[in-house]
Amino acid sequence: MDSRGKTNKQEQGIDMGILVDETTRVVVQGITGKEGSFHAKGCMDYGTKVVAGVTPGKGGQEQEGVPVFDSVKDAVDREGANTSLIFVPPPFAADAILEAADAGVRLIVCITEGIPVRDMIPVYHHLQGKSVNLIGPNCPGAITPGKAKVGIMPGFIHLPGSIGVVSRSGTLTYEAVKQLTDVELGQSTCIGIGGDPIIGLRFVDLLGMFAEDEQTKAVLLIGEIGGTAEEEAAQYIIDTKYPKPVIGFIAGKTAPPGRRMGHAGAIVSGGKGTADEKQKVMEKAGIAVCPSPDAIGKTVQEAIA
Amino acid sequence: MNVHEYQAKQLFRDYGIPVPNGKMCTREDSVRNAAEELGGDTWVVKAQVHAGGRGKGGGVKVVRSVEEAEKAAEDILNLRLVTKQTGAEGREVRKVLVEEGVAIQKELYLSMLVDRASNAPMIICSEAGGMEIEEVAAKTPEKVLQEPVDPALGLRSYQSRRIAQALGLTGPAVRQAGKMLGDLYRLFVEKDASMLEINPLVVTESGDLIALDAKLQFDDNAMFRHKDVLALRDIEEEDPLEAQASEVDLSYIRLDGNIGCMVNGAGLAMATMDLIQYVGGTPANFLDVGGGASAASVEKAFRIILADRRVKAILINIFGGIVRCDRVAQGVAEAAGNVDLKVPVVVRLEGTNAVEARKILEGSTIDFVVANNLRDAAEKVVSAL
Repeated sequence: MDSRGKTNKQEQGIDMGILVDETTRVVVQGITGKEGSFHAKGCMDYGTKVVAGVTPGKGGQEQEGVPVFDSVKDAVDREGANTSLIFVPPPFAADAILEAADAGVRLIVCITEGIPVRDMIPVYHHLQGKSVNLIGPNCPGAITPGKAKVGIMPGFIHLPGSIGVVSRSGTLTYEAVKQLTDVELGQSTCIGIGGDPIIGLRFVDLLGMFAEDEQTKAVLLIGEIGGTAEEEAAQYIIDTKYPKPVIGFIAGKTAPPGRRMGHAGAIVSGGKGTADEKQKVMEKAGIAVCPSPDAIGKTVQEAIA
Repeated sequence: MNVHEYQAKQLFRDYGIPVPNGKMCTREDSVRNAAEELGGDTWVVKAQVHAGGRGKGGGVKVVRSVEEAEKAAEDILNLRLVTKQTGAEGREVRKVLVEEGVAIQKELYLSMLVDRASNAPMIICSEAGGMEIEEVAAKTPEKVLQEPVDPALGLRSYQSRRIAQALGLTGPAVRQAGKMLGDLYRLFVEKDASMLEINPLVVTESGDLIALDAKLQFDDNAMFRHKDVLALRDIEEEDPLEAQASEVDLSYIRLDGNIGCMVNGAGLAMATMDLIQYVGGTPANFLDVGGGASAASVEKAFRIILADRRVKAILINIFGGIVRCDRVAQGVAEAAGNVDLKVPVVVRLEGTNAVEARKILEGSTIDFVVANNLRDAAEKVVSAL
């Protein structure tokens, strides 16, 4: 695995979930906005250490009981923030990601939906080779149940345990997690990687992290039509002789070609990226593919039995 | 966002990219005048619709006199154009492009898009133009060149020369290709295009390079900074219900089935459609009411789903995570009371306060069918038909 895939915690040898945990100290960019303040509180209520907020021009104020700074650098220097959670509006979000990376946080979770692709291209390339991970944009974030929630997902559906969950979706992830929790299969860490064409961490990066995480015993991949993320994941599983069972689901069997299904990335184009095609490739790689969206919990249960 | 060929060609002209002279005509315009003004002895009349494959559907005609041009335009404007992208019902043609004819020596293919594997712009070209590129790539992959562009460096001269070589260009066309590729890349980046396609790009009999066709798609998320491009939007080309939905910020796509779907979140919406089909039904639409599923957005969603006459039953699937289910239930009950409901509605609410939500729905004056889980919801809506 490359250096990008390593969290501080893995270097310290703590084997509990990936990316977010008790050592996570969150700065919320855009904390004075409606979404930012609401979800900052939600993360705190879950027990996450939210230590600061950032809204340029509003430094010196307080929001949800934490200090607001003018810059991410200030939040890092003064409050020891190491993770950024972004709710900045689309025209300014790419800049917010770069600011967080420049300030030296180790993880950036960008919730913002609707960032232009052209803005994300240079951001993606700028982050390559740096010791910072980006989740999203247009994603629900990451949660290590019982430890920390850095995102907008409902915490109460989660249960600490050993299934790693990675998904391109939001509410479909909650559905899948609920099904797991209902059959008493807890989760190590759940990450929504986002529905945009250009995102930070991908399936393969997270498969790599879950492979090295001792708490994780199996990985659930929730994919959808469009792009090649699932195909890349399948190839990765074959190439690395992946050490843990992987279970998959692909949404969008009924989606017509050429239409963007909500997510900017969910589009079947030129006959490529169909659900059936993805399912076949995944099965070939030994992934247990859920036959229908209501059978996710059951399929995981059978795959690890 | 899509634009018409004639609009894409105007943008090409603005960026100095050679295209044939042409005039857009509606039913009210004189095709005779247009053809006479363009001059020459050959014209091409092309249907202007937001769908590919127009030639095969009879939407493109080459004519040799102004009378023929008038006749061709009339025929095309009376056509319900059916191509593999329009579906069986076809598309009404409201506009035609009348263009000067071009003597073609060679047909080529060129496109630009954002490649999701390299996270960068990519230029795709082939000396086999005029055909579908997917077909060329499948049958003769050696004829397709994919040239990724480093976004920090931009398109470099050597890359343009490599593309010109792959296109089999010689003489003045090589230099022309260099300029054209630079201009196209500038247009692609500056206007936030998500796809640019020229099929065919042609070498004329006099050896010059010209874009005979032009297709442009733009990144919806970037339109806030391109009022000029946004002004090119042709609402008449969009499904009326989809256009109506986009006005109220709902993500809606009409399909062919009879079960209306209202779901929060795109992934869950797709999964719900999939499950409906899995248990033997057919979804009438994709509809994402947004994460919050407020009473206002639920009511708007009801109105759009019900405007589709084929809808015989509705499935509402909301995963209330951050929003409480009892709030959503109140919203659904309230919205249902405000619209004239004549079809059965199956509701599945999961998440915080799901039990209270169930009580609200069961106590409502509207006869909701309350489902216990995702599978139950899909089966109940299919059997409610």
